[in-house]
Amino acid sequence: MNAVFSFARLGALLIKEFIQMRRDRITFAMMLGVPLMQLVLFGFAINSDPKSLPTALVAMSNDQYTRAMVSALQMTGYYRFDYVAQSEAEAEALMAKGAVSFVVTIPADFAQRVERGDSPQILIEADATDPSAASGAISTLSKVASQALLRAQGMQAAAAENAKEQLQVIVHQRYNPEGISQYNIVPGLLGVILQMTMVMMTAMALTRETERGTMENLLAMPSSPAEIMLGKVLPFLVVGAVQVAVVLVAAKLLFGIPFVGSLTLLLSSVLVFVLSLVLLGYTISTMARSQMQAMQLTFFFFLPSLLLSGFMFPYRGMPGWAQVLGEIFPLTHFLRITRAVMLKGADFNAVAAEIGWLLVFVAVFAGTALLRFRRTLD
Amino acid sequence: MNVIDVHGLVKRFGDKTVVDHVTMTVAEGEIVGFLGPNGSGKTTTIRIMCGLLTPDEGEGTVLGFNIRTDSLRIKREVGYMTQKFSFYEDLTIGENLEFVARLYRLKPVSEHVARTLEELGLTSRRDQLAGTLSGGWKQRLALAACIMHKPKLLLLDEPTAGVDPKARREFWDEIHRLASGGLTVLVSTHYMDEAERCHRIGYISYGKMLASGTVEEVVRNAGLTTFVLQGPRLDRVADALQGSPGVDQVAPFGATLHVVGSDKKKLEAALADVEKEHKGVTVNPGETSLEDVFIQFMSGSKDNMAKDSKG
Repeated sequence: MNAVFSFARLGALLIKEFIQMRRDRITFAMMLGVPLMQLVLFGFAINSDPKSLPTALVAMSNDQYTRAMVSALQMTGYYRFDYVAQSEAEAEALMAKGAVSFVVTIPADFAQRVERGDSPQILIEADATDPSAASGAISTLSKVASQALLRAQGMQAAAAENAKEQLQVIVHQRYNPEGISQYNIVPGLLGVILQMTMVMMTAMALTRETERGTMENLLAMPSSPAEIMLGKVLPFLVVGAVQVAVVLVAAKLLFGIPFVGSLTLLLSSVLVFVLSLVLLGYTISTMARSQMQAMQLTFFFFLPSLLLSGFMFPYRGMPGWAQVLGEIFPLTHFLRITRAVMLKGADFNAVAAEIGWLLVFVAVFAGTALLRFRRTLD
Repeated sequence: MNVIDVHGLVKRFGDKTVVDHVTMTVAEGEIVGFLGPNGSGKTTTIRIMCGLLTPDEGEGTVLGFNIRTDSLRIKREVGYMTQKFSFYEDLTIGENLEFVARLYRLKPVSEHVARTLEELGLTSRRDQLAGTLSGGWKQRLALAACIMHKPKLLLLDEPTAGVDPKARREFWDEIHRLASGGLTVLVSTHYMDEAERCHRIGYISYGKMLASGTVEEVVRNAGLTTFVLQGPRLDRVADALQGSPGVDQVAPFGATLHVVGSDKKKLEAALADVEKEHKGVTVNPGETSLEDVFIQFMSGSKDNMAKDSKG
């Protein structure tokens, strides 16, 4: 008889686990419903490219060029002119208050300069306290403004080329935002959703056995730590796979996320990522003595990984020590992989180092879990 | 060969010695009762024997396997029924048994499960969730699950707590049937009637084994004398006798009063005037019961779980 490992015994544990999963309707619904709900909620709610941002206009004259410029800015959808300020000071106050995100100043000599061909200027001041909010509005600015001006002058598109050089759009920003792609959030959500459900559910799974007293029985029967671990881990790997499918399909159908890279590469890295999460959850459950403790430990891990991984805030915006800290979270590496593969079409070589990191996590968590697992009740 | 042969077992949790040099032997086919008050170390001793806990001191074998090094093999040959119901409440009876059958690698699974269900009269409840069972049925399921792999030794930790008398009777009939088939049983209990159904008993208190042997031996070796008092207003007699020299226990039993003491002469002296002082009361020598012996043990042993007031 094989003392250390038996597939028959592992099979017994797996069957038991799946039956329990099926019986626990609420948890089962949560495993499938939560990812979809979160994706829809966050996918629509978190918008790094906001439109209709309140804007104040400081226009010194009311000529046709100024009007053309204002209507062109409004047409982009980014600017919503809520205020017409009489002075720069008034506009400044509006921004300080947070009433507007932008102040557009068109100088009094704007029309004169256009007609003289003397490189006219407009000034856009952006409230860069939330850098990502303003970046989309600013990026479209230059082109839109030039075209509007040309149309107002009645020029043909062909003649536009050299005239384009004329207009100077001056943007004042407090600091440079990291260029956040508008599709950034959904691939990131894949990692966050997986992390939340996988870690927590596995962490609870083993402590539930301890809490209900079934662990004593499980230990009194011939089952080895490796069997018990795999018996807990594999079912959640299957749940993770279903979640991944749900999120990816929804990403495509609901949000039209472009999918540039290799699906195989993405799915293989997802597999490694989920494995590391499930093993982390299992490690937590070898430490926690109650489900409540398991939950607390999960959150203790969850929040910093959310904040430091680059999901919520630009990774490169963090100080060096925080970046080093960020490296110890599997989510950090997974975010780089998904963003690279889904949006940039990166190949294996480009993400090999990150996948390597995830594999290190898998090995470390599995080792810790097996060492920490109490084969006895001591 | 002794099925259980352990000596000098010591287990400490922190600075509390829960099992204190316990020595025990159980021969094949014996039913041995393990008695003692709550928290006396019964469960811990049983857990050490089935490999769930490692003793701090002491050696021994269970079924010939070393309890320190061979716990995996012991687990395969022993059936252990936990004090608290520890099967899956969200699984049906059938599913629980199938799970256990697969863990012990019994083949074919369905045949073993069907036979076990049949033997314990559980077939009609096969598809019922374990969580919805009453205490008696849960206990029956737990017993079924731990004898399915045909263990050579059964360790039962207070198996009949919270079970009605009829189910208790049936349970014990089942235990005796299994023992007659060669199975060895170690069972912990609080009930005196159950203790009397055992071939031998061991009494443990605060981690120490205080007495062991057959019920008769334990009663005889305790060296207690018992008198039975009958008559009117026995409560007054009880109050009068309480605390008298030589009187260790005064306990009402229905319409009678049992007076127990370890020193026969002193006890007789204390009772000499009772018949004169209380009209209509008669004093007769009586049989010392197992319960009298246990109460004597309990009041005599010191509580090492309590905080030491000196320091």
